[in-house]
Amino acid sequence: MIGHAERAARFAADDARAHWHDQALWWVRAKRDKAASAVPDWERLRGLASAIKAHTQSRLADYLEEFERNATAAGARVHWARDAEEHNAIVHRILADRGATRLVKSKSMLTEECHLNPYLEARGIEVVDTDLGERIVQLAHEPPSHIVLPAIHRKKEEIGELFHHKLGTAAGLSDPKVLTEAARGHLRERFMRAQAGLTGVNFAVAETGHVVVCTNEGNADMGTSLPPIHIACMGVEKLVPRLADLAVFLRLLARSATGQPTTTYTTHFLGPLRGGELHIVVVDNGRSRLLADETFRRALHCIRCGACMNTCPVFRRSGGYSYAYTIPGPIGSVLAPSVDPRAHASLPFASSLCGSCDDVCPVRIPLHDQLLARRRDAARAGLLSSGKRLGMRLAGMVLRSGFLYLLASRLGKLLGRALPRRILYGRWNVWGRQRELPPLPRESFRDLYRQHRSERRG
Amino acid sequence: MKVALFIPCYVDQLYPHVGMATVRVLEKLGVEIVYPEEQTCCGQPMANAGFADDAAPLARKFLEVFGRFEHVVCPSGSCTSMVRNHYDPYLAGAPGFEALKQGTFELCEFITDVLKVARIPGRYPLKVGLHQSCHGLRELRLGSASELLVPRYSKVASLLSSLEGIELVPLARPDECCGFGGTFAVAEEAVSCMMGRDRIADHVKAGAEVVTGTDVSCLMHMDGLARRAGERVRFRHVAEILAEAMA
Ligand code: SF4
Repeated sequence: MIGHAERAARFAADDARAHWHDQALWWVRAKRDKAASAVPDWERLRGLASAIKAHTQSRLADYLEEFERNATAAGARVHWARDAEEHNAIVHRILADRGATRLVKSKSMLTEECHLNPYLEARGIEVVDTDLGERIVQLAHEPPSHIVLPAIHRKKEEIGELFHHKLGTAAGLSDPKVLTEAARGHLRERFMRAQAGLTGVNFAVAETGHVVVCTNEGNADMGTSLPPIHIACMGVEKLVPRLADLAVFLRLLARSATGQPTTTYTTHFLGPLRGGELHIVVVDNGRSRLLADETFRRALHCIRCGACMNTCPVFRRSGGYSYAYTIPGPIGSVLAPSVDPRAHASLPFASSLCGSCDDVCPVRIPLHDQLLARRRDAARAGLLSSGKRLGMRLAGMVLRSGFLYLLASRLGKLLGRALPRRILYGRWNVWGRQRELPPLPRESFRDLYRQHRSERRG
Repeated sequence: MKVALFIPCYVDQLYPHVGMATVRVLEKLGVEIVYPEEQTCCGQPMANAGFADDAAPLARKFLEVFGRFEHVVCPSGSCTSMVRNHYDPYLAGAPGFEALKQGTFELCEFITDVLKVARIPGRYPLKVGLHQSCHGLRELRLGSASELLVPRYSKVASLLSSLEGIELVPLARPDECCGFGGTFAVAEEAVSCMMGRDRIADHVKAGAEVVTGTDVSCLMHMDGLARRAGERVRFRHVAEILAEAMA
């Protein structure tokens, strides 16, 4: 089965592009560092955010009920979806019952996770993603490659080319400003004729029953103020208990995501527009299973800022698609195996375990420890290749036994020095394809140390 | 002071002179060394690859060999971290385990935190790039990771910069991973090698003549790439630099 390593190798084979991708994301990471350093108590804030999440999750059912009560009192309709299928069916029913066939969407990773777009399109509904990056990948018939920067893998020249074919702009355009203007004109038309707007949810507040949507383009606001129907889709983990808790997360989110002090638009939706409808679809889709898992529960803290992706040296050089999962990068590699451990068995290994993701994560998810735990699970479930398994068994046996260890090392050295380069760097030697082997010394440390000892005594 | 020396398996086998440099540095600093010969490997390679069941007996053996010493010193951040941060699943509750965890140190932190030596007498008149290996940096906290908004420090850099004549060169990405990552280096060869080359390029661009670090594994990976590419820059474990400077 092809895994992350093979897909990553394909991305990395285009050295110039991989480096360009790396630079682009590192630039965002640097912006994040600057923005975070402007907040005096950043580390305390992270701790607070993590504590609020842990508390909320410890009594999630109560807070969800409180949220539903307050949201309903404010005139919203709350729907519950156990899984992706139910979520998609609920959204479709809302639209179908009202005869709506033209939907504008603001960015939502949850609907990506549920594969809502193809579901609706198959049922005759026109779905238009209105976030610029989302629109670009939609026009290219691709999924987003990053949760905050969905089209980060595309260069502006390629976007010019795409717009030329899909939107009829002039050929050869690459000025981001001109391209953005073209997309705006095209999207404005879609906003005007839309019959319903769908958004994700960044935060939902139990105490008030309202949801918060953070964007930089104002597209969520256009999509929810023009058409009369607003559908907001959220995972159960988006909840915070009180209005006051929002302050903690709003300070962390945009700074971690893009290095901005705050998103350009932070919109609070409490109840529907006058004469309109607000539907809030609350989705579980495996989240309560994760919540019940002591080792991985903290992965539910994630506020989808994307910082772990931007800082991840592997993500930057392998691209979002190499993960072959809706949420890529370190957090995706932790989440994906809980959905399908077999299909995503290679993801926990797509990391050098450098731990940078832990330190950048605004809600302090111990990502690299969780990746390690996922590796253990994959090994225990027998999902790793038999070669890998055998090699480790053998190494473990040899290393445990002092005698075998010495024997192996003598033999290894003998062979290492005697073999011609052609064989030493044969196809079996993955290390040696791009790297020289370390020198094989005549004596081991224990030999040298014995000599040293006797010299000192002598 | 008496310490037990923990020499990781690959240092024993491939870089014995790094072990010897460690011995020399400690002896120069007046430390008495015991080297228990029954030691083998801490089990990190197995544990990191997911094979916890193969790592467990090695962890138990480690406790057996080193449990009787007050201080264990190791010239490798990642092996030290294995003992300190990753042995819990195998040894939690075992007699002597907590003391072992608290008494196991990476060489530089042992010098600064236990011996309380801040200045190393010696001279090393070269331009040096410090590669802050990830496990030393983010698991042992030998320095402040660039992601964290905490006061800046580096135990390794401050030891090195106490040497006369040394110049630590400034890097564009001070603590990016070199891409070694144990089995990652082989399982994800493409990305691993790209990371390593990028790391080397940062050091070379900054003018480093020598790249150093607390982990031979990272240095081995970068050295292998650099030699293949014909780069002039050399790779030395921090113990080698200290030993050479103090000689
Ligand atoms: S895991 Fe942390 S850093 Fe990564 S997207 Fe989620 S909140 Fe952001």
